[in-house]
Amino acid sequence: MRLTPMRRTLAGLAVTAVIVVFLSVKLNAFRDFQIAEIATYTVAVAGLTVLTGMSGQISLGHGAFMAMGAYATALLLAHLGWPFIGVLLLSGAITAVAGAVVGVAAARLSGPYLAGATLMLGVALPSIANAYPGTFGGDQGLNVVYAAPGFLGANFPLTRWQAWVATATALVTLFLLANLNHGRIGRNWRAVRDDEVAAAVAGINVARTRVLAFVISAACAGLAGSLLAMTTALVAPGAYTITLSITLLTAAVIGGLGTLPGAIWGSMVIVLLQTYITDVATSHGLSATVGANIPIAAYGLILILVMLAFPQGLQGAVRRLVAGFAQPPERRGVPGGPSPR
Amino acid sequence: MKSAKLDRRRRGAVLAGLVAAALLLAACSSGSSSGSKTSGSGSSSSSQALTASAPGITATTITLGSHQPLTGPAAPGYSEIAPASNAYFQYVNAHGGVYGRKIVYKYLDDGYNPTTTATVVRQLVLQNGVYAMFDGLGTPTHLAVVSFLNAQKVPDVFVASGCDCWDAPSTAPYTFGWQLDYIREGKILGQYVAQHFKGKKIGYFYQDDEFGMDGVKGLDYEIPKSMVAARESYSPTNVNVAPQVAALRASGAQVIVSFSIPAFTALLKLTGLKLSYTPQLVVSNVGSDPITLAGLLETFAKQGGATVNGNQLINGMVTDGYLPSVGDGSNSWITLFKQIHDTYDAKAPFDGNVLYGEAVAYTFVSAMFKAGRNPTRADLVSAIEGGLPQGPAVAPYAYSSSSHFGITGTFMGTISNGVLTEEGSALTTDTTPTGAITSYSGTEQQAPASGVPSP
Repeated sequence: MRLTPMRRTLAGLAVTAVIVVFLSVKLNAFRDFQIAEIATYTVAVAGLTVLTGMSGQISLGHGAFMAMGAYATALLLAHLGWPFIGVLLLSGAITAVAGAVVGVAAARLSGPYLAGATLMLGVALPSIANAYPGTFGGDQGLNVVYAAPGFLGANFPLTRWQAWVATATALVTLFLLANLNHGRIGRNWRAVRDDEVAAAVAGINVARTRVLAFVISAACAGLAGSLLAMTTALVAPGAYTITLSITLLTAAVIGGLGTLPGAIWGSMVIVLLQTYITDVATSHGLSATVGANIPIAAYGLILILVMLAFPQGLQGAVRRLVAGFAQPPERRGVPGGPSPR
Repeated sequence: MKSAKLDRRRRGAVLAGLVAAALLLAACSSGSSSGSKTSGSGSSSSSQALTASAPGITATTITLGSHQPLTGPAAPGYSEIAPASNAYFQYVNAHGGVYGRKIVYKYLDDGYNPTTTATVVRQLVLQNGVYAMFDGLGTPTHLAVVSFLNAQKVPDVFVASGCDCWDAPSTAPYTFGWQLDYIREGKILGQYVAQHFKGKKIGYFYQDDEFGMDGVKGLDYEIPKSMVAARESYSPTNVNVAPQVAALRASGAQVIVSFSIPAFTALLKLTGLKLSYTPQLVVSNVGSDPITLAGLLETFAKQGGATVNGNQLINGMVTDGYLPSVGDGSNSWITLFKQIHDTYDAKAPFDGNVLYGEAVAYTFVSAMFKAGRNPTRADLVSAIEGGLPQGPAVAPYAYSSSSHFGITGTFMGTISNGVLTEEGSALTTDTTPTGAITSYSGTEQQAPASGVPSP
């Protein structure tokens, strides 16, 4: 049976969902928490990979969009008391509007100028929380209070519920992004990315195409911020510094820029690596002070190694692996097989 | 061509191996789920066998967790605290432990970022199954996990921050403060200023968060509003304090009361020097450790291309101390902690941070002894609520079932030649606007000869 790209995507997402539900029941509460974190970052990184990998715009300020989503969630939950799913969607929508505003400005910039403008956003926006401590709680931030829905039973672990919500959001987001990517909009993005002039000559509205990518990407970051607020039960400016923005970009590059499954790999690296390396370092007798610095060095090392060994990121490596094992070599690269990019 | 293909295959195989290894690791590390057992009455009889009476307690160990700024902006100075606590625990472990159990102290880096705090604390509680959180550092960071820890019923003892937020026995029954809170400290500093600098113009310089604002609240209880000529706050993320210092200078303030962390005390002093403005400084304990300050002053001045003598610059600075002065070689606690520091933590300088880490660890061990041979988590909470001996502190603890505040008083003193010299006896007070400040008449305790609190 031949699988169309969309069917393949759906099958992959269904398998992922089953694996996550199985793991979340089987593993302990902290692993559930990590699953929720991975899913959360997947949403943000997927949005960034659409922006940077597919439409060719760079953003060093995506942490700021996550902050917007997170603060929107905290404020909506505190003041309106809506069910979480409504708050999640509204937070995404609010951030999409902000993304449109930034996107209009961004569409006029490119390369280092765009990087600079978004960097400024990433640095400046979290400070607003400090400027208005009455509304945003200053450095201490706002607490996010909510519980798992009652029908799951009083003893249902909150972390498992969070893992499910985050994973469901991530899978739906990935499905929708894959859908866009395989359609006309995705083709327009790639055309604009590869050659703006050629795209314009072909009748594509370059500015509108780029702004749309920004809006979608910002909405993803907003959803991720909302999920992060829910998982960590807190929104504070310290979480949304420029480091977060850079980490997201690192995850996108390690996973494979422009590939949606790469967002999952990249998020796994940034979430699991920190805990794992610190554990290894301290269990090998390194003092905690030294151990704490090793993950930072390890990020850099892994980024370099991945770039050297797999320039297409981890997803590029996976594709090569699948191509190498699943298909006879002579069929490689023919139409219907996985495309090389 | 062929070799290139082979190479590709080999890379693929390596990747497959990596993925398999990662899955294995994830599966292996999932085994340690912590169920909550509630056995053990906490009654102590020396014949009673040691049991795994609570999560994190086995017949041979007590596992504690903590979040600490080992990297990031708050790391200088504060990263010394957890290793110092650990040094004291190692000393106790080598001298019989707590009823024979050894303390395992697992502290993780949160980089002073509340979201990372939320992650590492969940790891410690849900994955590593610690018995208690001990000395989690920072107000914004620890506020991120208080409700989680209390929902999980994990004792959250001796938070390393003087925020009054840790005193909430009804909403956070498992959380306890330890160090002198900033409101009490502000009141005591304020009274000193009102009495000793009568008729002078006072300026405030404070951090724009709970720390600075609580301190100012205490100051305002004691210093008449008419004396305060200027109130300038700074944000710890912006190292340019020239506008604030210029405003203080313009107001004509002759005395500046500063609720600042050490780096900003140093910046206040140096920026003042640049503007040839040298008011009398009165600094909260948090920002006045002489060794840290002198070092920072010299480093900052060097970065600006100048050479200064740090100790000379802080001569005459007024501050307070709720632990004995590090430079007081005749104090039995200083002797004990210095000796332990030299054996187990010699790489760090013996300064206020190290003293803090050892003293808070001592307090924890004394609470653990009181909690009994086979304590549950609730036993530790009731042991602390029953009150703790004063130990190294200069004033008693406020612990009771209705108060989760720690140390209630401090002595005032002046820094000269890099050493804080005490002036008069310790003063104690409460956190209310009208509560009297009284001089503490009780005698300070002496350190036990064994170095370990007695059961």
